[in-house]
Amino acid sequence: MSGVQAPERTLQSPRAVKTVGLWRTVGALLRKELLVELRTLESVPGMSLFAVTTFVVFHFALDRGSVEGDLAAGILWVTLLFAAILGVNRLFVADADQGGFDGFLLAPVDRSAMFIAKVATLLSFLVVLELVAVPAFAVLLLGAPLGPALPGLIGTLALGDLGVAVIGTLVAAMAVRTRARDLLGPLLALPLFVPIVIGGARAISPLLVQAHASAPAARWLLTLGLYDLVFGLIAYALFDFLLED
Amino acid sequence: MERMPALELEGLARHYGEREALSGISLSLAEGQTLVVFGPNGAGKTTLLRVLATLLRPHAGSISVLGHELPGEAWAIRGHVGLLGHEPLLYRELTARENLRFHARLHGVGEARVSELLEAVAMDARANEPLRTLSRGMVQRVAVARAVLHDPELLLLDEPNSNLDPAAVELVAPLIGAASGRTRVICSHDPSGGLAEADVVLGLRAGRPALLRAATAVDRDEIVELYR
Repeated sequence: MSGVQAPERTLQSPRAVKTVGLWRTVGALLRKELLVELRTLESVPGMSLFAVTTFVVFHFALDRGSVEGDLAAGILWVTLLFAAILGVNRLFVADADQGGFDGFLLAPVDRSAMFIAKVATLLSFLVVLELVAVPAFAVLLLGAPLGPALPGLIGTLALGDLGVAVIGTLVAAMAVRTRARDLLGPLLALPLFVPIVIGGARAISPLLVQAHASAPAARWLLTLGLYDLVFGLIAYALFDFLLED
Repeated sequence: MERMPALELEGLARHYGEREALSGISLSLAEGQTLVVFGPNGAGKTTLLRVLATLLRPHAGSISVLGHELPGEAWAIRGHVGLLGHEPLLYRELTARENLRFHARLHGVGEARVSELLEAVAMDARANEPLRTLSRGMVQRVAVARAVLHDPELLLLDEPNSNLDPAAVELVAPLIGAASGRTRVICSHDPSGGLAEADVVLGLRAGRPALLRAATAVDRDEIVELYR
């Protein structure tokens, strides 16, 4: 037991604290996030099931063989965003309920690491969601085969996902320490997601028609990119303050 | 050599909205000494620990922890402070080893220290089971290992022996007891046990100091009186 006792030291010669670099901290946090999700399966299966169920409901409710163009793009984006809300709501729950925030705040690390790790976590959840949801959408609702549209669709979804992950992380951090977090998260997130729905839907709309356009609408891709950049900077600047007392 | 103060508080105050949680706390604690804080529920003991751990900002007064002013130099204190509170600060779905490994990565501590501490708190045999399957006493032992993982100079302990059986109390004593050589602030409801550990005693009532003296000059009945 003596091997674990603290060595003798004085305040005149305090132990040097080993500071951990930003990316090593992000790695540690991300690893923990994915491990917790793999153990609990609280977010991704629920998000995926929600999206597939919604497509089934649309399939029967619209009472038509297939959808295309603006309607198809709108259904896809709105469904993905509502599914994303489920993940956003769960993003900080384990940290808030089990003391993870305090454990992190006690460590001599850059607090931005938590923002980056949470964005990466939500991004990975969204990618898995879309691996399930997009094929289900194609089978249940889409008239035209996705093949030629796929590269443009992937690019647009990636830009939209980045915005959802950044805004979702910011909003989840704001809501999680409130009593009405389950309500406050979606209420704050949905208005901020509207530009992503507009930009994303307009960008992929030309891809989801029988005569596929070869690329998504560049103007809307640029809009999405700018929105991601602006909110990325705002969230990065604000996040430390959200963790503070 | 004269020992430097590890803690120096002058007029510390903290409130939650309109409610005053701490007010007029002034004291000095030399390094290596133990301050034991007594007081009924809601007296401000946990708030005091959280302020010293840099998790809460003080609203008034000057506070120096390990030679650094709070809240301005809070960054310099993190990594030198170990907190063992009511919550274990561990993830229920992760195993004891995974939890300690996670905290070790945040503190730049190696894997060997994780194994060493799991053995020290006799949790090496159950180290790979999720925390939710362990008893509260076992979780508390892992929490003790987590609090001292980075070898902190200052330990902030909120009823550290809660949930521990007598054998476990003995087991963790080298890590968080007087023998650890660390400066300690302990919140306690046990007048005899707390007094035996203390160099300095602080009694709180409604966030204000009702008793502040060297432990040798404090009678057990004075502590009991705080709870009446």
